[in-house]
Parts: sequence; structure tokens; C-alpha cells
Amino acid sequence: MSTSVTTPAATAADSGHAKGAPRLRRVKAHRPGKPRRSKLMTALMALMVLYTVVPLLWLVVNATKTQQGLGDSNGLWFADDFALWDNIRDTFTYHDGVFTRWLLNTLLYVVAGAGGATLLAVLGGYALAKFDFPGKRGVFATVIGAVAVPGTALAVPTFLMFSKMGLTDTPWAVIIPSLVSPFGLYLMWVFATEAIPAELLEAARMDGASEFRTFFQVALPLLAPGIVTVLLFTTVATWNNYFLPLIMLKDPDWYPLTLGLSAWNSQAETVGGEVVFNLVITGSLLTIVPLIAAFLLLQKYWQSGLAAGSVKE
Amino acid sequence: MRRRTGRLLSGIALVTSVALGATACGGSDDDSGTKAVSAADVEAALDKGGSITVWSWEPTLKTVAADFHKKYPKVKVNLVSERSGDKHYTALSNAISAGKGVPDVAQLEYFSMGQYALTKGLTDLSGFGAGKLAAKYTPGPWNAVTEGDKVYGLPMDSGPMALFYNKKVFDKYKITVPTTWDEYLDAARKLHKADPKAYIANDTGDAGFTTSLLWQAGSRPYKVDGTKVKIDFQDAGAKKFTDVWQKLIDEKLLAPVTSWTDDWYKGLGDGSIATLSTGAWMPANFESGVPNASGQWRAAALPAWAEGDKASAENGGSALTVPALAKNKELAYAFVEYANSGAGVASRVSEGAFPATKAELKSTEFLNKKFSYFDGQKANEIFAASAANVADDWSYLPFQAYANSIFNDTVGKAYISGTRLPDGLKAWQDASVKYGKEQGFTVEQ
Repeated sequence: MSTSVTTPAATAADSGHAKGAPRLRRVKAHRPGKPRRSKLMTALMALMVLYTVVPLLWLVVNATKTQQGLGDSNGLWFADDFALWDNIRDTFTYHDGVFTRWLLNTLLYVVAGAGGATLLAVLGGYALAKFDFPGKRGVFATVIGAVAVPGTALAVPTFLMFSKMGLTDTPWAVIIPSLVSPFGLYLMWVFATEAIPAELLEAARMDGASEFRTFFQVALPLLAPGIVTVLLFTTVATWNNYFLPLIMLKDPDWYPLTLGLSAWNSQAETVGGEVVFNLVITGSLLTIVPLIAAFLLLQKYWQSGLAAGSVKE
Repeated sequence: MRRRTGRLLSGIALVTSVALGATACGGSDDDSGTKAVSAADVEAALDKGGSITVWSWEPTLKTVAADFHKKYPKVKVNLVSERSGDKHYTALSNAISAGKGVPDVAQLEYFSMGQYALTKGLTDLSGFGAGKLAAKYTPGPWNAVTEGDKVYGLPMDSGPMALFYNKKVFDKYKITVPTTWDEYLDAARKLHKADPKAYIANDTGDAGFTTSLLWQAGSRPYKVDGTKVKIDFQDAGAKKFTDVWQKLIDEKLLAPVTSWTDDWYKGLGDGSIATLSTGAWMPANFESGVPNASGQWRAAALPAWAEGDKASAENGGSALTVPALAKNKELAYAFVEYANSGAGVASRVSEGAFPATKAELKSTEFLNKKFSYFDGQKANEIFAASAANVADDWSYLPFQAYANSIFNDTVGKAYISGTRLPDGLKAWQDASVKYGKEQGFTVEQ
């Protein structure tokens, strides 16, 4: 992860501080007075920037080209014709505007899947952090174990199960598996342990608040940064999900954007199929715009939440 | 021909093993093909109406579906076209195994028909009178959709092979259009010497292309009689092919670019890939995939294996079939017949499809069509001549999709290592034989 580019000085200062008060402004407050420059680190970082930015740049540059321009011009610079607006219009109107349908499908999967996953993670994480019950260690072991299993590995068994239940080829086949986020649960668990002082909950109970009221009015506001982090995690995972819908969905009307763009791309492999690389590229660009927007708007929370997860345990 | 075939069978295998219990449902429908359905029954079904689902990525079917609905307003055609190639086959096999969600009409490429026919996945259309249509089609495609007197689909298009060459590149280096494969080899040497970045063709090992050239060279590696199969790549025709192709490989005269990738489209556009030997359906792909090279390319007859030899072969092409589990077979057949034998053919040809029907191939309007992409050349004359010269005794394996998927592990090695092409073909033969036996076929070598 990108944490590897932090300078050694900053890391040392950070971890020293983290023991005291795991608050959220930590990163900002601890600007090292005299940053030591490491040439090696700077070079590595420059490489990293290239590595991450060049594909993005390529995408933006090539989204401005027509199919003809794509064949004629250098991949890393603009073609003579600037067709971005035409491409965007064509992307939305191609095949009777199916792109919009796929976009709405993706939104549905994200709102229901990622939203639901976050809700469950918050409820579960809070309960695990603040209540004692028999079997808690077992739950802990299960959750940690589940984090290690990639979702892709579970896709085929899940398909078999859903096939028996007759749920394949319905939106449920994508939404239900997305509801489970072991990592989100773990993150909320750690976050809730640190962010909610036990005294506060006790005080609330003393004052006669019900458990639900304690959760919603006392705990939830304190958990907000963690919630945003988990929401971003699950949103990114659901938004980019390819393999699960690939095996679950047959009906193109339920495709998310990932599958739809792949279908457009494979038209080029087909006899008589229309080659629409320009629309695939423009569609890809349009697909990542909402994610980039979400990151830019919420990056403050994202950073602090990430750190909260990484320091504990 | 297409790289997607590589992943096809793994998908089918996965799904078949996945839906163990479901196969039983398919079995009970065995006799569905044999009962006779009269034209009156079909008419009655059309009057009654209903809806059918068609799985096909053929772009020209869109108009056909609309016209069909206009003619039979009570019949609704739901055309599902977003899937093609391996995704299409995986989905179809999935649906057949599960016994539900099976479309009423499904597009199948010729090489995959044997597989679905043998596993009783398709309706025998001879009961609908499809056998009477035999004379309408060119021999190659018709041979591909029939087995004995059973008809498993109606040919939608065909791919008689031709040589497409970049005239601009040829003119620049004063290369004459080769008429034999030996001349082709010389042209390859001359071109690559003149411009080390330019190649006569791209080839990284392509099962569909190799089998098509074997077909043209007179090799008949596959002999199929029901579940009895013979596989042999040691005949004289195969030797003709390997002799020339081995030289092209040894002298590094083939661009290491895989067909249907973006690199390939780029190479076709910038002159670094100077020729393409493929099916007559290619012009549509040229127009949409390589618009920047419009006017530079021309079509010519496929080079011959011997001076004056006219033999040609098919590459690609597909049929529309009615799966055995289709719900609305009368309507499905009516649609297939309309699209591939009736009024649909003319409409599809006008949109650029390459027909499999004799009448269209002979019509002057078709033959005189000027291709603006080929700078006004009447390319259909070349394609139609090729179609007439396709030998009709070729057959694919009943498990061709699997065989194609292991092509790159066997023959493909000849393109990247010291393996000789004949040895690669032998390895392909052995692996295919082994698989055939495992699947319960009686296989001879």
C-alpha cells in the first residue's frame, strides 16, 4: 500500500504518538519540523507516481480519440481530432443507451450491496467491541480467517448454492454476497474499541438510554470516520466487482458496468462485430469518475480510518 | 480463428461438472427432434403469437428481428446480443445444464455445432422440413449443419477464404500479389528485408486458421462417423502446409501479434501487417476496426498450394440453431427460416453480412457491389469464386472447441521454441486422441 512511501522519520514519530491518543488529526498534527530528504525514497516515490498516473493519463488522452484516431496516433499523446464529447455522447446512446442501464445497475449494487455491507459491519463491529458474550474468541478467529479468503475463491461455491436456490441471474445474486465484508467488520471492530470510551456508554445507560438509543445517538457519531472508511472500501469493491457478476448473471439487462464494458470490448473479437475501442475507453473513464469523486470528497476520512485499522493489533 | 475459443471449453467443462444433477432434465427430451411439424402448424403458431428469445451477436439480426415482428405482429423477438464467443457458449451450456433459461434460438459457429448436436443439445430441424432447403446453400456451410439426414441449424453466413493485402505496402516495395504459397513465402522475405518492422502476416498459433489452411491444402485430419473418430495430421496435405509455414516461422517472417487484439488492429492499420488470409466476413471488421487504412487494402484469391489449383476453404461462419430445450420451437424455427432462408437474407446481405445461400452469391447486385474500403474493388466476385471452390468433405471434431483450446499448448510451441511444426501437430493429435477416448469416443489415429 502507499504507506511504504512515508519517510522513516515520519513513521517513527507517528508510531510514538499513536500509543498516547489515537485521535483523528494525528497525521496533520505531526508534521516533522525538519523533513530529511532521502534521494532513494524520492526516486521510488516518483516511480510510484508514474506507475499510478500514467495509465490514468493514457485513459484521459485516449478517451478524446475516435476509433480512427486510436489506430493512427501515438498512445500517449492526443490525435488530431478531439472527439471526447462525441465519444461521451456515443457511449450513452450506443445500443439504445444500454450504458445508462448498466450504470444504474452498478449504482443499485453499490447502494444495496456496499451500503448493506457497511451497515452490517458497523452493527457487528460495535457489538463485538462493546459487548461480552460467549464465543467471542471463536467469532474473532472466524472473522480473521475470512479476511484471508479472497471473494473470488468463494464465487464458484456461491454460484452453486445460489443456483440451487434459484437466485442466479437476479440482482440478488450480486447483492447478497456483497453484503458480507469480513475486513469491514474487523475494521469497525477495531475502530469501535478505540473510538468509544466504555465510560461514555455506561453514562448513557445510567441515564436510562435504551441500547438502541445508545448505539444510534452516542456511538454512531463517534464511529463516523470509520463508517466512511468501510463504506469506501466496500463501494470500491462492489463498483469494480467483475468475477462475481460474470458467473452469476446471464441477462445483459442486469450487467454492471464492468461486465458491460467487457462485452463491448469483446465485440472486437467477433466476426461482423463493431469495433468500439473508443467507446470502451470513454466508458472506462466515465466508470472511474464517480470513484475518483468519492475519494477526493472523502479522503480525509479515508486516511484517518486506514490508519486506525493499521495501528491496532 | 478466434482466440476466445481457447477459453470456451474450460467454461463448458466447469459448468457441466457444476450442474451434475441437472443433466438428467435434458435427457428426457431426446425424441423432440424426430416428430414432424407441418408448415401449417408453424403458421398457426405464428398467428397465435408469443415471444421468443434469440441469443446471437450477429449485428444484422437487429433489423431482421424488427422486420419479423412487423410481419408477425403477435410474435415478439427478444434479441440478446451483448454476449459473444466464449461468454456466449458458457452461458448457453450453463442454461442447458440447468434446464432453464435456454433461448429459443442460439447462434453457433460451425466448429462448435458437432459438440452441441452430439450431446443432444439441439433440435433436429428436419422435422420442420429444413431438409428441403439443402439446395439453397453452398456445400461447405450446409455440410457443417447436417449430420446424415439430421439438420441441426440453418447456415447464417459463411467464410470462404481470401487473401487481403495492403496494396500501399505492396506498391511501396514493388511486391506482386502472390498466387501460390511459395510466392507468398518469397513476398514475405522481400518485404521483411525491405522493412524489418513489416511482416507479411501475423501468426502466433491459431487453431481456426491452421485447420482452414489444412482444409485448403487437401488435408483431412478429422474423420467423424457418429462417435467414431479418426485423427491424423500426417497426410500429404498437412505436409504441404508445414513445409511452407515452418519456413515462415524459422525465418521470423511472421509478426508475433495475436489476432483480434488491439495490437492486431493497429498493425493492420499502420502497414506492419501486410496481408491477412481469412474469411469473406472480414470487410465489415476492417471498416469498423481499421478505419484509418481505408483505401489501402484489397482482396485477392487465397494463394494456392500448387500453380493453377483453385481449392479454397472456409474460415468461420455460423448458423442459427434451436436448442432442444427451447420452449417455443415452432416460432423459433419460423424465425430461423425467415432470417437465414427467407426475406432476412437479403436484408442481412445489404447490411454487410456474407451469405451462405447460392442465390445471393450469384446475384449480380451482390457481385457488382463496390467496396469503398477497398477503393471500389468488386471484392464479392473474389469471395463468391472462393465459395464455389470450397471442398465440402471437411469435418471438425465433435469436441473441436476443446481441441482448439489446447492448440497453443501443442502446435503453439512451434511458434515460440524449437519444436517443429509437424511435431507440434503430432502432439496436438495425441492430446486430442487422449481427450476423445476419455470422453467415450472410439478414436483411431
